[in-house]
Amino acid sequence: MEIVEKGGINDLVIKLATVNGTGSASANSLLMRAIFRMGIPVMGRNFFPSNIQGLPTWFEIRVNHRGHLSRSGRVDLMVAMNAETYRQDLADVTAGGTLVYDSTWPRGTTLVRDDVKILGVPLAGMCNEAFTGVRARILMKNIAYVGVLAALLDVDMDVLRTLLEETFASKPKLVDANLEAIDLGYRYATDHFECPLETHLTKLDKTDEHILIDGNTAAALGCVYAGATFAAWYPITPSTSLMDGFRNFCQHFRKDEDTGKNRFCIVQAEDELGAIGMVIGAGWSGARAFTATSGPGVSLMNEFLGFAYFAEVPIVLFDVQRAGPSTGMPTRTQQSDILSCAFASHGDTRHVLLFPANPAECFSLSVEAFDLAERLQTPVIVMSDLDIGMNDWMCPKLEWNDEYRPDRGKVLDAEALEKLPQFLRYQDVDGDGICHRTYPGVHPKGGYFTRGSGHNESARYTEKPDEYQQVMERLQRKFKTATALVPKPILANAAQATPWGVITIGGCDGAVREAVENLGAKGVHIDYLRIRAFPFGAEVQAFLDGHERVFVVEQNRDAQLKSLLSLELDVEKDRLVSILHYSGAPLDWPTVFTGIFEQVKKSAAA
Amino acid sequence: MTFIAKPKISYAGQPKNALGLSMHDYEGTISTLCAGCGHDSISAALIQAFYELEVAPHKVTKFSGIGCSSKTPAYFMSSAHGINAVHGRMPAVATGSNAVNKSLYCIGVSGDGDSLSIGLGQFAHALRRNLNMLYIIENNGVYGLTKGQFSASADVGTKAKKGEVNEQQPIDPVITALGLGGTFIARGFSGDKEQLVPLIKAGLKHEGFAVLDVLSPCVTFNDHEDSTKSYAHTRQNFHRATRLDFIPPAEPISAQYEEGESICVNLHGGSNVMLRKAGQEYDPTDRARAFAYIEQHQKRGEIVTGLLYVDAEREDMHTLANTIDEDLIDVAFEDLCPGSAALADLQERFR
Repeated sequence: MEIVEKGGINDLVIKLATVNGTGSASANSLLMRAIFRMGIPVMGRNFFPSNIQGLPTWFEIRVNHRGHLSRSGRVDLMVAMNAETYRQDLADVTAGGTLVYDSTWPRGTTLVRDDVKILGVPLAGMCNEAFTGVRARILMKNIAYVGVLAALLDVDMDVLRTLLEETFASKPKLVDANLEAIDLGYRYATDHFECPLETHLTKLDKTDEHILIDGNTAAALGCVYAGATFAAWYPITPSTSLMDGFRNFCQHFRKDEDTGKNRFCIVQAEDELGAIGMVIGAGWSGARAFTATSGPGVSLMNEFLGFAYFAEVPIVLFDVQRAGPSTGMPTRTQQSDILSCAFASHGDTRHVLLFPANPAECFSLSVEAFDLAERLQTPVIVMSDLDIGMNDWMCPKLEWNDEYRPDRGKVLDAEALEKLPQFLRYQDVDGDGICHRTYPGVHPKGGYFTRGSGHNESARYTEKPDEYQQVMERLQRKFKTATALVPKPILANAAQATPWGVITIGGCDGAVREAVENLGAKGVHIDYLRIRAFPFGAEVQAFLDGHERVFVVEQNRDAQLKSLLSLELDVEKDRLVSILHYSGAPLDWPTVFTGIFEQVKKSAAA
Repeated sequence: MTFIAKPKISYAGQPKNALGLSMHDYEGTISTLCAGCGHDSISAALIQAFYELEVAPHKVTKFSGIGCSSKTPAYFMSSAHGINAVHGRMPAVATGSNAVNKSLYCIGVSGDGDSLSIGLGQFAHALRRNLNMLYIIENNGVYGLTKGQFSASADVGTKAKKGEVNEQQPIDPVITALGLGGTFIARGFSGDKEQLVPLIKAGLKHEGFAVLDVLSPCVTFNDHEDSTKSYAHTRQNFHRATRLDFIPPAEPISAQYEEGESICVNLHGGSNVMLRKAGQEYDPTDRARAFAYIEQHQKRGEIVTGLLYVDAEREDMHTLANTIDEDLIDVAFEDLCPGSAALADLQERFR
């Protein structure tokens, strides 16, 4: 069926095809933020190469007055600045759309389409005349296309001016140069084309109380607010900006006013094995500590993850997932570490996973991750991904409750230890599988020598079958306790009772919500459950029990979420139907829509 | 059996230190190593050093990796916290712990397999960070727990118990540490407690990464003839380049030291070490000369021991990281969390 609709007022996709390292990111961001400031819901996605300069890169901006910001599979306005990808870029424009290109140099006459409006603007030529210096000319060429788009889309020029003034507050000369470039493009467009286009922008009031923020920045902020004092890491795309963010926020918020010294410590480790080991040392010593990495890093951290599970050390690990396997595609997104994280390390291990769906949840679930890690005395892995972590999402403003205090879990202080006849580190006093722990240096009775080898209640080495099994069974009990503590899934029921359900996690949320809404409009009703944590709680089982057929939407080839659901819950395999997307590009809603619609149609015919 | 705690024996007239603790209060569980293992002598030296330094055992954190050596932190100071980490990765765990709780003594016990093979990278980087810890390598040239394979410290020409001859170059932790820029580099012998105890004390008081390579013969797999890590071979060939007296902060330097034969090194916190040199030509504050001296003696088959190099001035990890004087774990949450008003302000940037 035809699901690609035509763009309209405040409902369009702009794609900017440029060359990496030419400064196009600032131009693209300027355009996106201008739309945001006009009160129109907007989101930008960066498709960038693993490269510093020279390779093709794209920025896709979706504008949608209803607030749907997942990928739509549509391109209404293409800005084709890269001759190398021009052919493909032209082909990607949706019928009825518009393409803007730099007409300074001729394009091949074969590269035309009857159903696309092609507008040539001599961007390079104009900028070469107006500006001096190679770098300035290249940068301004990008700013100039913002001017063209401002005319074609009717972007508020005051907003653009204000944004530039804010960006270059300390360099007023740059404001003038940028405005000049914008004006060049704007004037050329109004002089030569009918402006604005039919598909254009008008001011709305739908972005008040919202921000544009990427998930890594939001997660870093969550770590600051949760009171994390120690972080160790090894650089890896796409997680690096999380630690950059943490460092920046700490420099801002955590400097001692009198001494200028740091109330935090960040160590750039020699590798991921070192990074997680350091975090374990800090967590065991009583600090809130975390590391951030991506799939290859998680692979390296496996041994230590098993250690932290068995020795029961609270740590938080951010896995900003990218396309695997192996090195995979470092700058492309995926949700393909679900199984490897759930069961990371050899032996019987399992880990608590949290699945943020957007940057706002990256913030709130970061805080929750530290509380859970300390409450449960175990690693908690926050499963973000490149799409969430590195793209600017429109989110409601982050909120903070000043009443919040960290949940440090069961920790015995000096006073409590003094009263105890004897402290046994791994004794299940309360029957919930969670034992009491002590920090080093607090009291002579609190000491224990923990280990990854077989141990008994008193943390001593053992190879005795009953003592070993007692610990293993208690850990199982603890994981059951975790089920009730982790964030609950979010349920959105259809307008009417339905045998169909859809389950997803993380960054698929936007695409699934939009697909479900559009399916509802076509009379296909679907209940929707977004899982936010592993282990799965009773709500997930109830959702499976309550539907004849459940679609499981995820971004990997092997249906890892579906496998985990089948493994952990009571459900016949054939009641779960996978909708998979794993190209490396973020999931688009038509994929979900079509996947569900075809199945429902087939089942109705049967 | 390690799950059997050593019975605490107290009797009248038992010597006690200033904290009112006897040597027994510094003991751990019963060792499960082979009878005569050099490692047990090192544990005993550690017990003596901590007792004499009058450090409360629970103010110490112990770290180890995997192997015979790494079991030993269970055999001293039961009331100290400790982590028996994964193979070769103890330096990382110690780094994290020290980063947030620097007021505790940090001691790592590793072996030649744990530090010079699987953990060489972590060893090098902890040294590079100048992490404030005493890092002991219980060096016996073999893998004991897996029954006698050569380790990376095995000398060329040394013969395994089953007759195999090692042809590969050894990695000498002392030479390695010198090359990497270590700030405290020492070598001892498990059979020479008189030298070992002051080395341990000085290493603990050194503000930075103190490497203490201790030759510690493996009685089961590497104590035979043709082994260069046996008791007999070590006793015969070891050469004290320096003799060291550890002088606690309050004590005056009372012994007589010959002019030109001794060097006084001031450690942070007021302790001093007096180094008596074996010969005029040795200078433990000159990296290049220390290197040459050790190489020269090694060529002769001699094992140079003592505090071989020291630089008490280089800044440790915390100074380099500019962390506050207080332990990070003691900072109140109110001083860590910026609060809702700051969050609201900050978010203006994201519009």
